[in-house]
Amino acid sequence: MPEFLISFLGLFPPEVARVGEILIKIAVILIPLLTVVAWYTFAERKVIGFMQVRMGPNRVGPRGWFQPIADAIKLMFKEVIIPAGANPVLFILAPIISMGAALAAWAVVPFDNGLVLADVNAGLLYILAMTSMGVYGVIIAGWASNSKYALIGAMRSAAQIVAYEIAMGFALVVVLMAAGSLNLREIVLAQQGGILHWFWLPLFPMFLVYLIAGIAETNRAPFDVAEGESEIVAGFHVEYSGMPFSVFFLAEYANMVLISVLATIMFLGGWLSPLEYWLPERWMATFPLGHGWHWFVLKTGFFMFIYLWLRATFPRYRYDQIMRLGWKVFIPITLVWILVTGIAIVIQLGPWFDKV
Amino acid sequence: MSFSPRNLARSFLLLELLKGLSLTFRYFFSTKYTIRYPEEKTPMSPRFRGLHALRRYPNGEERCIACKLCEAVCPALAITIESEPRKDGTRRTTRYEIDLFKCIYCGFCEESCPVDSIVETRVHEYHFENRGENIMTKEKLLAVGDKYELEIAKDRMSDALFR
Repeated sequence: MPEFLISFLGLFPPEVARVGEILIKIAVILIPLLTVVAWYTFAERKVIGFMQVRMGPNRVGPRGWFQPIADAIKLMFKEVIIPAGANPVLFILAPIISMGAALAAWAVVPFDNGLVLADVNAGLLYILAMTSMGVYGVIIAGWASNSKYALIGAMRSAAQIVAYEIAMGFALVVVLMAAGSLNLREIVLAQQGGILHWFWLPLFPMFLVYLIAGIAETNRAPFDVAEGESEIVAGFHVEYSGMPFSVFFLAEYANMVLISVLATIMFLGGWLSPLEYWLPERWMATFPLGHGWHWFVLKTGFFMFIYLWLRATFPRYRYDQIMRLGWKVFIPITLVWILVTGIAIVIQLGPWFDKV
Repeated sequence: MSFSPRNLARSFLLLELLKGLSLTFRYFFSTKYTIRYPEEKTPMSPRFRGLHALRRYPNGEERCIACKLCEAVCPALAITIESEPRKDGTRRTTRYEIDLFKCIYCGFCEESCPVDSIVETRVHEYHFENRGENIMTKEKLLAVGDKYELEIAKDRMSDALFR
């Protein structure tokens, strides 16, 4: 934290200063995050457009770069309609819960060694708890809208999130077995030693399961039956307009970024440099090659691109197929891999499991 | 679903999914077909059927002789014609109106016209702001014809062999 802020906070009593410090840190995390989220919507339209051999939005500003600003202004000035028979309190509360859950999880995300808002010991548990809270926003929105389509969408997405939460949880159990810690910073540090030491290689099936379950968790294509334009219009947020709608929208994208970040931390070694093993010691201290938040950003960007890539490629799953994949394929695979990883840890299989 | 090793290997290695992903990734870099509309435009055929126009002879006399073939052939009943003899004894329209909301731009009026009077021009970038502007009156149609006569004549000429 810069000097002048520390001296400024020193003017207040220590309790107030502590709260002020945390608020500043939250702002430092959230402002770039929300900016990324806003332009992620633009990136999505561009990437999908490019994959469909068209250009995507290119009217607002140079090459369309101001599109998110135009969208935001449009949504802000739209009327918030609360449907007849809806529960107004819950109706407004639902997007807030979704957004809150999506943003709260960022507290424990380590961007670099020590660059984290709250270095919680049970960071992974906290993340699981927070991401599961998001489903409340969806269910409450579906119920409070007093609309059949919204309720169907909410039910679908709730069932889907619950089904994939289990597979995702098991995949994370494997990660914590391999890392020997629930703390996200220590999970990253357990992967030290170059690209081949990261957990994506020894836990490759879990890596895939986590990615796919993550897409299902965020209700994104090809698992977006909760929105299902062709059958139930827009799913749980049919009745939303204006700002509450855009809050849902932002929460969805914030969740996507979060899942990408978690995949980076869990399987691609967070801020660690992929060249660690091959580079001489003194080069590792230089900026672009050594460890640092730029690797974290790069890896997260890679996963965020995969999200869009998958959406541009695959058609929507049928609902019973989603359930089959979640319950009958992913859960058995993860259970088997827990066993495999357990054996690997017992026999101290190097170079990944000899440190635990 | 069969559980043969071959099938299991295929589905667990995600081969088909990777195939699809590689396809979309290749298209990601291919040249885009988008036409940036107001700046770029697609080539247009001389047979393009856009806004209607009534033409005149080079001496300024209007071509239309009020034969009402276009009114008869119009499948959308968009054309209304009233006529009476002019002072010099020729039959002329006193009213020639096309309702552009009814018109389906089929081009039958142009085909049926014995004197190439009613034509459809290349003009397609027009709009209405007030109620009633959708009715193209005789004056408006003649004005369009006067304005685009060069282009209209050129298009008819280039297509004359096939008509």
